[in-house]
Amino acid sequence: MSVNLEDIVTQALQALAQAQDLNQLDLVRVDYLGKKGVFTQQMKELGNLDPEQRRSVGQVINTAKNAFQEALDARKLTLESAALEARLAQERIDVTLPGRGQHGSGLHPVTITLRRIAKIFAGVGFQVVEGPEIEDDYHNFGALNIPEHHPARAMHDTFYFDAHTVLRTHTSPVQIRVMESGKPPLKVIAPGRVYRCDSDLTHTPMFHQVEGFLVDTDVSFGDLKGVIFEFLRAFFEKDVQVRFRPSYFPFTEPSAEFDVSCVMCDSQGCRVCKQTGWLEVGGCGMIHPAVFKSVNIDSRAFSGFAFGMGVERLAMMRYGINDLRMFFENDLKFLQQFK
Amino acid sequence: MQVTEIWLRERVNPAVDIQTLVAQLTMAGLEVDTVQPVAAEFSGVVVAEVLSTVQHPNADKLRVCQVNTGAEQPLQIVCGASNVRPGLKVPAALIGAVLPGDFRIKESKLRGELSFGMLCSEKELGLATTSDGLMELPADAPVGANIRDYLLLDDHVIELGLTPNRADCLSVEGVAREVAVLNKQPFQPVSFETVAVSHQDNLEIQVADPAACPVYLGRLIKNIDPQAVTPLWMQERLRRCGIRSLSPVVDVTNYVLLELGQPLHAFDAGKLAAPIVVRRSRIEEALTLLNDQTIALDGDTLIIADQQQPLALAGVMGGKHSAVYGETRDIFLECAFFTPLCVAGKARQYGLHTDSSHRFERGVDFTLQHRAMERATQLILAIAGGSAGPVSEAVSRPALPVRTPVALQTQRIEKMLGISLDNADLTALFAGLGMQISATADGWEITPPGFRFDIAIEEDLLEEIARIYGYNNLPSNSLLMRSELAQAPEATLPIDRLQDLLVDRSYQEAITYSFVDEVMQNALAPDDEFIRISNPISSELSIMRTTLWCGLLNAAIYNINRQQPRVRLFEAGLRFYRENGRIQQRKTLSGLAYGSLYPEQWAEKARNVDFFDIKADVETLLAASGRSAVFQAARHPALHPGQTAQIRTADGKNIGLLGMLHPTLEKQFGFDSPVFLFELNQEAILDRQTPKFVTLSKFPSVRRDLALIFEETVAASDIIDCIHAHAGSGVIHEVQIFDIYRGPGVAAGYKSIALSMILQDYNQTLTESQIDAIVNEVLVVLRLKLNAELRE
Repeated sequence: MSVNLEDIVTQALQALAQAQDLNQLDLVRVDYLGKKGVFTQQMKELGNLDPEQRRSVGQVINTAKNAFQEALDARKLTLESAALEARLAQERIDVTLPGRGQHGSGLHPVTITLRRIAKIFAGVGFQVVEGPEIEDDYHNFGALNIPEHHPARAMHDTFYFDAHTVLRTHTSPVQIRVMESGKPPLKVIAPGRVYRCDSDLTHTPMFHQVEGFLVDTDVSFGDLKGVIFEFLRAFFEKDVQVRFRPSYFPFTEPSAEFDVSCVMCDSQGCRVCKQTGWLEVGGCGMIHPAVFKSVNIDSRAFSGFAFGMGVERLAMMRYGINDLRMFFENDLKFLQQFK
Repeated sequence: MQVTEIWLRERVNPAVDIQTLVAQLTMAGLEVDTVQPVAAEFSGVVVAEVLSTVQHPNADKLRVCQVNTGAEQPLQIVCGASNVRPGLKVPAALIGAVLPGDFRIKESKLRGELSFGMLCSEKELGLATTSDGLMELPADAPVGANIRDYLLLDDHVIELGLTPNRADCLSVEGVAREVAVLNKQPFQPVSFETVAVSHQDNLEIQVADPAACPVYLGRLIKNIDPQAVTPLWMQERLRRCGIRSLSPVVDVTNYVLLELGQPLHAFDAGKLAAPIVVRRSRIEEALTLLNDQTIALDGDTLIIADQQQPLALAGVMGGKHSAVYGETRDIFLECAFFTPLCVAGKARQYGLHTDSSHRFERGVDFTLQHRAMERATQLILAIAGGSAGPVSEAVSRPALPVRTPVALQTQRIEKMLGISLDNADLTALFAGLGMQISATADGWEITPPGFRFDIAIEEDLLEEIARIYGYNNLPSNSLLMRSELAQAPEATLPIDRLQDLLVDRSYQEAITYSFVDEVMQNALAPDDEFIRISNPISSELSIMRTTLWCGLLNAAIYNINRQQPRVRLFEAGLRFYRENGRIQQRKTLSGLAYGSLYPEQWAEKARNVDFFDIKADVETLLAASGRSAVFQAARHPALHPGQTAQIRTADGKNIGLLGMLHPTLEKQFGFDSPVFLFELNQEAILDRQTPKFVTLSKFPSVRRDLALIFEETVAASDIIDCIHAHAGSGVIHEVQIFDIYRGPGVAAGYKSIALSMILQDYNQTLTESQIDAIVNEVLVVLRLKLNAELRE
């Protein structure tokens, strides 16, 4: 009997060793431990023995069975880890291949620039307001102290629909619209498209401006200077120098143009700044009493400043773009440089 | 406006170099556009006289010249210019001279003949860009003189880009006045001797419209010398300021215009039929101008006329008939003040822009006419001789502009500019600008001079102070003012959110012109009532876009022509149209997709983008605001009739369109595969409701699937809407279509649709029999309403 068992165990261990995968191993398990398995059969045959023998033979069978079980577990572990190794090896991929699906694209550099401007001003409570692009001549000119036949009208190269309807030549009409409907204090940024009947290397018939204005009690020219100065430093993320030159806009008095120290050459003089070390950025001034009058704001009680900047111009300075016309050609090779 | 440095320094000469001088002007609001030296750098060039010329023995085009350069012996110089001749005074570059471009003059042999220098053209001296021969100097040019000294070439041309309010600086005197104030120097007006009247003849002047012409002066100057030549110094000053020398009389009027800022006009007195009348034109009248242009006058243009015809456009340009010409001996000199309002816009109306109209439009000093008349007379007599008659004048004092005193409160200077000036500085500043100043209880009262048309209110005076004080010397404040908490409204989604979303879904933002080509506009949206620009820059940019697709399609074509295989673009902007006669401007968000769905890659089989890819993009956009939308099959002239969806809100408001570009247009525009487009109304898609919490059910949900046969014409949305509307009363939460089958087992004209439904109750766990009842209800409703059959 025990000799017989020893043979069985030897054969069983051989069978385990010969099992090359988990399926085969399971078949071996069934052959020995299954309902009709060899060890199960042996245990069943115990019933035919007398009780004395039953215990001792039973012990022997259990020992053999346990030995088999241990060997089975060990073999299983080996095969499992071999299977895992095989799977890992088989599932190896080239992780340097690109990912599948859509690739993100980008915003237009004008939008990127406008968003930055709005964000910088939002920090001190300026609100973004937009206005119509087809304007009446009252909001575009008259209310801004530019009467008919004023030389400044000729300088605007206006697109007309009829005698009194134009494509806005600047974002300043938004100033009028906001002041018509709101009461001071007002802190507003008005970005948007503007149009001039002019097209050459440095002019496109459509471009973007951002208008900003602030109306409150006791606003001074120094406040205007401070805002422009701080804005330009924030925008260029540089300790730029800013200078103010007297200029003329019918809707501001005093009026100024403001320049920033050339961000291309750090004021050393280059082609972009025409060797002057300065780049013109925009116009500004204290809101003219005639403008306040046209919107029924008492210019003795309130004062304010306004400024306007060309957005493409700012984007060109910021990103080193050297051709204005590229903004509206929409060449993907150009646009996708701005993410 | 151009002035020269030497001319300017003749009036006021501060001890600053040219760079400082122009910086001062720019920083005072007279922006200097350019500063150019009058001549390039060169040396060793003198005035020389050609004594004799003989033909070069070995070269047809060369001559061997003997030239007096002021040295003891004449020099032999070989010259190829056709205008070289004995007696001619020319610039001669001597041995050792360095001409522009570092061109050194050496002794040389030209085809065997020695040459000890070079006779020069204007081009060779860098005075002109082209020249067709030697520069001919006047007969009285002093031989041997350094040409730079003789021609005053150490000079600069300063070009000012003046703002329209500073007409007072459209003259050398005006600019000099500013320079004087900026440098705290006294300003010297031009002084000259008034000529004596030597005859008493005159022409009668009648001003019919004194409101438009408050001052009109006229003077007869007789017997000028038609052979007289404008002196070189005057020709040079005019040339440097951009004006061509024509004849002594015309040159003098131009010279006075530049010197004092007063436009003058000289008529040939022999052509005039007095009296001279200043009046409005009549509709049938015509006038041939000095530039040979004949204009038909309207009924409202101020003209100078005689008893026979119009003679000149007042303040703009003279007429050809009465123009001074080579034989003219008697002239009638006009010096007037036309009001800005009567000249404004007139020149432009006739397509003209002249130095005269430029000044009158902006404002000429109305106190200047007598002085300018005397100055011009003096110069004409000095150059061309002749005798001057008395000045006759038609002056209407009530029509003259009024200069009222403007009050300036001392405290306003401090409040607005943040500075305080002492009285002496303030007085000197305004006096230097030609203003009268007197003290008041709380400040000053300042009266602007006749040449300033831009000083009417206190702010104008503040600007003058700031300008002269220096904008950059004014204090700058950090923004410390009242502020409120920022707002964070939820009712409107920011467009930024949707732009970012599209960018993340591989769409590149484009910005295209708002005006488009009429042909393209009509091809894409023939039913829209577009708005036409009356003065477009070109026919391709003449119509305001009623759809953003015009620009996006053009941008796509542009990129495809540049080898881009795949284009996905979007744009946010206004579209414009007329509705019931009114102009509408609607914020719109539009997109275009062309080419493969994904960028070319190794992992997926390449597939062109289709309707449902774009629909997913649109659905994601709509989902951002949390509003539900309905897609309905629709027609649009630009889109494929079977692949067009109209998008509406649940309550029927129009959100936009989505579809495939019509194959005919696809071909017409040159695309080689389908283009998909969407256009959404921003207002509708950005409108958002603040979310409102709904209690969750505590009971389990179950899913039931159904396969049903429908007729082809039944839309997916009809099925889902039908179930929600008529079955399950609040228990059916989701209905999804997860398969569509056509083929064996399903009759032609029919389709099998597999649906899943998620059922859940708020108050109980649904029992099997309740679930079966609901499913049965769905089957009955679909059979009744949509003729559906359960698939066997």
